[in-house]
Amino acid sequence: MKKMLLALAATTMLAGPALAEDIKIGVILGFTGPIESLTPDMAAGGELAMKEVSDSGALLGGSKVMPVRADGTCVDAAAAQAAAERLITSDKVNAILGSDCSGVTTAILQNVAMANGIVMISPSATSPALSDLEDNGLFFRTAPSDARQGRVLAEVMKENGVKSAALTYTNNDYGKGLAESIKANVESMGGKITISAAHEDGKGDYSAEVGALAQAGGDVLIVAGYLDQGGKGIIQGALDSGAFDTFVLPDGMIGESLPAAIGSDLDGSYGLIPGTDSPGAAKFADMAKAAGFKVGPYTGESYDAAALLMLAMQAAGSSESSKLKDKVEMVANAPGEKIFPGELKKALEILSNGGDIDYVGATAVELIGAGESSGNFRQIKVEGGKNTTVKYR
Amino acid sequence: MMENILNALVLLANFLVVPGLAYGSQLALGALGVTLIYGILRFSNFAHGETMAFGTMAAILATWWFQSLGISLGPLPTALLALPVGILAAMVLVLTTDRLVYRFYRKQKSSPVIFLIASLGVMFFYNGLVRFVIGPNDQIFTDGSRFIVTAREFKKYTGLNEGLAIKTTQGITVVAAVVIVAALFWFLNKTRSGKSMRAYSDNEDLALLSGINPDRVVMIAWLLTAALATIAGTLYGLDKSFKPFTYLQILLPIFASAIVGGLGSPIGAIAGGFVIAFSEVTVTFAFKKFVTYLVPEAWAPDTLLQLLSTDYKFAVSFAILVVVLLVKPTGLFSGKSL
Repeated sequence: MKKMLLALAATTMLAGPALAEDIKIGVILGFTGPIESLTPDMAAGGELAMKEVSDSGALLGGSKVMPVRADGTCVDAAAAQAAAERLITSDKVNAILGSDCSGVTTAILQNVAMANGIVMISPSATSPALSDLEDNGLFFRTAPSDARQGRVLAEVMKENGVKSAALTYTNNDYGKGLAESIKANVESMGGKITISAAHEDGKGDYSAEVGALAQAGGDVLIVAGYLDQGGKGIIQGALDSGAFDTFVLPDGMIGESLPAAIGSDLDGSYGLIPGTDSPGAAKFADMAKAAGFKVGPYTGESYDAAALLMLAMQAAGSSESSKLKDKVEMVANAPGEKIFPGELKKALEILSNGGDIDYVGATAVELIGAGESSGNFRQIKVEGGKNTTVKYR
Repeated sequence: MMENILNALVLLANFLVVPGLAYGSQLALGALGVTLIYGILRFSNFAHGETMAFGTMAAILATWWFQSLGISLGPLPTALLALPVGILAAMVLVLTTDRLVYRFYRKQKSSPVIFLIASLGVMFFYNGLVRFVIGPNDQIFTDGSRFIVTAREFKKYTGLNEGLAIKTTQGITVVAAVVIVAALFWFLNKTRSGKSMRAYSDNEDLALLSGINPDRVVMIAWLLTAALATIAGTLYGLDKSFKPFTYLQILLPIFASAIVGGLGSPIGAIAGGFVIAFSEVTVTFAFKKFVTYLVPEAWAPDTLLQLLSTDYKFAVSFAILVVVLLVKPTGLFSGKSL
């Protein structure tokens, strides 16, 4: 009896107000399918945050967080929904990290997560369509919408005094979506898009495209394509015929091979690529190295997504999705103490003491609009045959 | 007014005529190779685009070697010097292929469809070979001066608003195409080998009866094709850039050119090349600026005056192909019917 009382006293002391529990977070990513080469490292990023929190013993009275992996396939909506259903009903996960590709993420959100009231944070779904989706406040993403780049690019162009521009895009979903977003944003800022013409990649001759773009005219030519594909052919053709001197280059066009191939004629052109100078990125890279996985696309976002879920749980004082969903934006955004990767224990303690945090994480997370990352972009200018960084925005 | 008309004409020359001529010449040289094989061996050689890629690759490797030795042609690209190496390599390749693949089917007297499918297999093999040696990426091998006239120089010199740019590679392409076509016609019409080739193409049985050696004719056809393919491919690579994938893509317009002109007809191949090239550029051209120069200011158009968006440029050349096949199945210059 005495022993039991002692044990009880000990657990009460350790556990504090909340009772320690085993929290499960579903990690539903495309472990098979088109992005199967990326997902192991993404999952490792998310699980690194979970381990950090479990080891800290600071979450909800010493709760442990267990990841439960499931295959989202990236492309097969039916399989992804079945996997998500299993996570929720059989594994009884408290929240979901995922999914990765925009299509399956939409399917899981609408058909499984919303029906069961489970919060999802996707590290990599970037389709603009997800911004306007009805989600009962359950969906967030730590990756910026593709539409965001169009807005930032339009701002950069305005700062550079561009009044009119011709626009060409690679003829696929990425190019089309980006072109639409650029056009809408430039026009809403009072600029003019003289022509918006698609180009096919891998074709031999772009004289027809260059001809049409040149006739429409404009201060600059925006090339929403790929630097080793049609985008390069268009720029070369436009320079050769003297149609345009300055080019605006979205993320698909930024790379050392482009200035190297075109030469000094490209000087003065400018563009954007996702990137951040936040110290969080370097810190995360060190942690990933120590944990034995590679920092690849969306690994930092995955860490941040998992961290946000757990921090929101702490802030809500509950691991239930219905409670934590209202706290995600609070822990992600200012005001509060800035939290970098590896500082989750500190963050949990601040929250349990009633303080406020501003989670920065590996990717300088700032949630805007419908709970999505504002994204961070590196503004590039080509000078002396090299991409130089103007600033981060 | 006079100046406006000049501006309008320069504009057309810069964006329509010069690129159209260069692209047309490249297609014509490619289509000549396709048409020769069709005339002599009687099948559509789908491996032609990859033969171009292979020959060009050999020429590029030789160019790099020359460049490392410090050999150059001054203002002209070194690749011209490397052309013979590329041609030789392509000749060895196609003759080996003929020995290992096509000769077997010739002995079997296989139907053209069998040859066509075999050439598809050869295409994939060449495809892999080229990527194995030089990789799938863009290769830049141009040197020498890039322009004969730049747009800026032209404006300064003439005082016009519009510039006219002629790249060195565009000039070389057109000149080379003219020289090669002339040489080819001389060969086909004046030499004994050329005449025997034409006889063989016209009527195989009659030619065999009159003592023409079929193996020799086939060999010459392959040699000529390898030379044409390498020259077309290298000129094309000089003008644009060398990326193996685009040589697969260019196969379609080349076949369209050969068929529009009439398969088996050398003149048809040349005409077809220019028809396809100019139709791609012209039909999708935006005539806004051109018209603005010619009409009084008040009539200046607000729209782009573009008949079709550039998305449809391939639809245009293939629509021409379909119409020609419907109306005149033998092509513009009465080649062989498909």
